[in-house]
Amino acid sequence: MTDGIRPLTVSAPVLRMRGITKRFPGVLANDRIDLDLYRGEVLALLGENGAGKSTLMNVLAGLYRPDAGTILLGETHVEIDSPRDAAELGIGMVHQNFMLVPTMTVAQNIVLGMPDLPIVPDLEEIHRQIEALSNRYGLLVDPQAYIWQLSVGEQQRVEILKLLYRGADILILDEPTAVLTPQEIEELGHVLAAVQAEGKSIIFITHKMGEVIAFSDRVCVLRQGRVVATKRTAETNPRELARLMVGREVLFQIEKAPADPGETLLVLRHVCADNDKGLPALRQLSLVVRRGEILGIAGVAGNGQRELAEVITGLRDIKTGEILINGRDRTSSSPLQMIESGVGHIPADRMGMGTVGNMAVADNLAMKSYRSPPLAEYGILRREKILRFARSLIEAFGISTPTPQTPVKFLSGGNIQKTILAREIDACASLLVAVYPSRGLDVGATEAVRRRLLEQRDAGRAVLLISEDLDELLTVADRIAVLYEGRVMGIVPTASADVETVGLLMSGSEAAELDGVTSAPSTVGAF
Amino acid sequence: MTGLVALLTSILTITLRAGTSLIFGTVGEIYTERSGILNLGIEGMMLASAVTGFGVGYYSDSALLGLVVAACMGGLLAAVHAFLTVTMRANQVVSGLSITLFGTGLASFLGERLGPATNNHSLVGLIGPRFSPLVVPGLSQIPVLGALFRQDPLTYALYVLVPLAWYYLYRTRFGLNLRAVGESPLTADAMGVDVIRIRYLYTILGGMLVGVGGAHLSLAYAPGWTENLTGGRGWIVIALVIFAMWNPLRAVLGAILFGGINAVQFRLQAGGTTIASAYLNMLPYLITILVLVAMTWWEALSHRVGAPAALGVPYIREDK
Repeated sequence: MTDGIRPLTVSAPVLRMRGITKRFPGVLANDRIDLDLYRGEVLALLGENGAGKSTLMNVLAGLYRPDAGTILLGETHVEIDSPRDAAELGIGMVHQNFMLVPTMTVAQNIVLGMPDLPIVPDLEEIHRQIEALSNRYGLLVDPQAYIWQLSVGEQQRVEILKLLYRGADILILDEPTAVLTPQEIEELGHVLAAVQAEGKSIIFITHKMGEVIAFSDRVCVLRQGRVVATKRTAETNPRELARLMVGREVLFQIEKAPADPGETLLVLRHVCADNDKGLPALRQLSLVVRRGEILGIAGVAGNGQRELAEVITGLRDIKTGEILINGRDRTSSSPLQMIESGVGHIPADRMGMGTVGNMAVADNLAMKSYRSPPLAEYGILRREKILRFARSLIEAFGISTPTPQTPVKFLSGGNIQKTILAREIDACASLLVAVYPSRGLDVGATEAVRRRLLEQRDAGRAVLLISEDLDELLTVADRIAVLYEGRVMGIVPTASADVETVGLLMSGSEAAELDGVTSAPSTVGAF
Repeated sequence: MTGLVALLTSILTITLRAGTSLIFGTVGEIYTERSGILNLGIEGMMLASAVTGFGVGYYSDSALLGLVVAACMGGLLAAVHAFLTVTMRANQVVSGLSITLFGTGLASFLGERLGPATNNHSLVGLIGPRFSPLVVPGLSQIPVLGALFRQDPLTYALYVLVPLAWYYLYRTRFGLNLRAVGESPLTADAMGVDVIRIRYLYTILGGMLVGVGGAHLSLAYAPGWTENLTGGRGWIVIALVIFAMWNPLRAVLGAILFGGINAVQFRLQAGGTTIASAYLNMLPYLITILVLVAMTWWEALSHRVGAPAALGVPYIREDK
């Protein structure tokens, strides 16, 4: 796909966006952006979180109205005031959060809102059409299945089918790979190629360099709402792209000393737990974390990661099995008992569960140590001691806040995460459970978070790192356990791990079939 | 034997008659809630429609005109609810309860002011036009099921309306749009469905059906106007929507259950039972609550999806 054989710039662009500006209260999300798209090309839109990629594409898809700027389709000026306008112009978007109605079937979702749909749609005929389309592009999915029955990867196929069924010529995909296993990403690549081969154009939003190189013909880099560069993919490299995206040189590797695992700290034995819907989320899950190591948990989102973290932090009851911390039975302990046993928690939802937005940074920092002296005496909070305590953490962790009294919700995502890290690391004696700790953070903050985790490991604490970013796990973790449908499919030492093996485990392949992978139970037996 | 058949026939006749206003109301509220709008104003809307329907019928001597005005009254109050909740994004529970308070007060007020001077300006105790039962020759002679053909025109209308309401909801593209708006307005919007318009449309349409339900009370079931004519039927409707799992066909089951218990307790009272009438009057409501609790519990156990996912949630497009 990166061969550059196609004479990309000979024909005129099919789409031209000129001077697109979009403001949100307090943020200039798009600042006079120019963008060209040619027939039959894959254009990668690269940028960090908050660079304005999704906003720009929402403008093109008719969800947002730009404050200034024009859009030309071919030679015609177009106004795109609604998604329906966009669809009529042959523009469709697959959003990051899928736009599907879970209680309806694939076919119903695909035809929903189509203006020329008969009053009483002929579902048989629609099913046939969808099947034909899915065979043509390799997007296999049962048109009669309900959305809630489908995996995330299948739902994405429905989203793409939806666009193709409507005859879209310009397809926008917003971070399509974030929810996929490596194998599914490869399949997506084939689909994109098939779509591209028919002369349709694709805009692909991402912040991952590897995908830009693998999938795109050209790449447009956004930073802080502006286009900083547009390049032929064949004429650039990941290093240059990273520099353009971040605005400075980026080190891809953080130096990491070899792990020196000590005694066993956390043991989960045959743990079963249900999710919020009462369906099994963890099935006979067993694992061990030692002092001085980082155990990474890989897996496609929704395979029990959240429940695993909640079980260890006492937020969710287990049905069977046992949990040992420091050799002591902690099965069915309350969150407070877990905190007292030395478990720190960096939750996935940092605004909802990690902090109280309206409370001061200082109070948020004191939230785990306020129960006892010196921060409280006889149940009365000592304000000046809390403030002093907060100041020392703010300095030690480099939290950038106007004052310790500032409500935490006014901080940036990175600084909120640093606040949580500071509190948990300060209070946590032995085990740190970190769930998606760098999600949504910029490169600088991500680096800081990862360094802290390694620091904890080197200080002889145990870290359980749940992440959906395989690169992060391969960089930071010492061993990687792969979750699939609430089971540990296998545990791979990072030193010998490769993306493909982990990917196969993520899609549910048995560890026994793969080389160099320990299946979970034997690991438990070995401690 | 003939005695039993006669008894059953009469119970079924009363059941359908008592259930008609509930079915209109429930189907109306199902359509409203399917669009994601919870309207707790039913009780007030039914009362206001019942009194205006009767008043207009009384002066025009046309039950049909009364019915049309009652439907408009229901639609008007529902439009207020739609404006407050869809456009102003007010809390739907608060808005609905206000509509009930307002509608109840308005109904009492109109009932004491709209009447002729000869009746001290009150509508209470007057006799007006009514939808009388039309007995279908032949069919009405079928044992027990003959009751289906001894009803008033509004009940007959339900025989067409209910299946149509089901077909429209599940088989047409309009129904597809409506369900999508209630389940996931963001998706519907992205697919080019006009969420705001649909919410207004079905809230008002639902209100009009509720208005017809109210009119059935004052123009057919218990012709005339008295204070608190509905006897809490507006609240029963809200319970029946849940019982029906937002499906118009199942609404009939719920309404028949409620109407049936009503009919049985009437028979018991008429038969001179020793049970205090207060308890018998309580019975339909009590059983409705019990059935509802049992149903909800069972549905939760069997992991079935019930309420539209976006019920009660205002929709804001540029949510950033």
